[in-house]
Amino acid sequence: MSGQHDETDWAVLVLRVRDHQDRAAFAALFRHFAPRVKGFLMKSGAGATLAEECAQDVMATLWQKAHLFDPTRASVATWVFTIARNRRIDALRKSRRPEPEDLPWGPEPEPDQAEALEMQQETKRLGHALAQLPEKQRALIERAYYGDLSHSEIAEETGLPLGTIKSRIRLALERLRHNMS
Amino acid sequence: MMTRHSLPDNLLMGYAAGTLPEAFNLVVATHVSLSDDARVRLAAFDAVGGAMLDDALNDGAALADDSLDQMMARLDGLPQANARAPEGPDGIFPAPLADYVHVSGRSIRWRSIGAGVKQAILRTDGRASVRLLHIPAGQAVPDHGHRGLELTLVLQGAFFDGNNRYGRGDIEVANQETEHTPIAEAGMDCICLAATDAPLRFNSLIPRLAQPFLRI
Repeated sequence: MSGQHDETDWAVLVLRVRDHQDRAAFAALFRHFAPRVKGFLMKSGAGATLAEECAQDVMATLWQKAHLFDPTRASVATWVFTIARNRRIDALRKSRRPEPEDLPWGPEPEPDQAEALEMQQETKRLGHALAQLPEKQRALIERAYYGDLSHSEIAEETGLPLGTIKSRIRLALERLRHNMS
Repeated sequence: MMTRHSLPDNLLMGYAAGTLPEAFNLVVATHVSLSDDARVRLAAFDAVGGAMLDDALNDGAALADDSLDQMMARLDGLPQANARAPEGPDGIFPAPLADYVHVSGRSIRWRSIGAGVKQAILRTDGRASVRLLHIPAGQAVPDHGHRGLELTLVLQGAFFDGNNRYGRGDIEVANQETEHTPIAEAGMDCICLAATDAPLRFNSLIPRLAQPFLRI
């Protein structure tokens, strides 16, 4: 694969994996995300060998659980992050992680394309906004996500610019709920 | 459902980052199951993690040469997981909590801690502890301060603490500075899920003597 990929492409590729077990789509996802998962886990303190193994496990989970991905509520990067995080908890802490109850009404088989696109773009904007944060604040956030800060060391109000992405997620939830009833 | 007493950012971020003790994870997962607002805020903190992952390419992160081949070979043995109906709540217990409450089909083992108040400790990793509290309607929980952080999530009924009322899905966050006396609302027994990362101190003599035996 070459060139820049729009986030939407990733969401479409995950749907192809879900609907057709499309191996070419999966390979493209692997080339893009596996090195990022490996990098993320190494920054979290894993050695290169363990990080590579876990990156493969994370991508295997993507293959197996593609039907759980909802592009109107999260970008592919966000979804892969949650899988990688859970794999890290497994590998490093060996403790259980209770997950919130699934919503009874999602994800939809044919996600709304415009909605999915906006979600991916909003996530991209969030990435840019994070990159613009003052160095000190960004370093703190990174330490929190790479596991170097405990909850008591994170400020109660993080001051992150999350207003617009929250509105977007809230809209997606409301639309799903509306379609359900 | 809107909850007026929600979790502070640091706990939602800690849950998204995957760094909280299991006992706190359980309270957060249960609260999020009951609160759309918390669900939205958590999804936003997950998105921060997504942005971080997107940015996590570094020099050491190049994959081994045969990584993709290995991966593709592995897919053959991997069935796609079947879509299954999401687990629903079990009575007053949202799905993540139901898993802990009904360990191997046993019913809850309540233990009296005095004044009609009962508790049941749930098994989690040792970094913090979590228990169910059953407070008779109109009854106060013995006055206690904290050395650490205490999260109390209402599952049934309601309690008052000072001027605040906490109903189902609401969460009270208490720390060192908080001396509080939750009192269950009249009319219905109150059941809460409470987690703490330090032992509680009770301010009256008998609960304090009993503390080592009760593991609270």
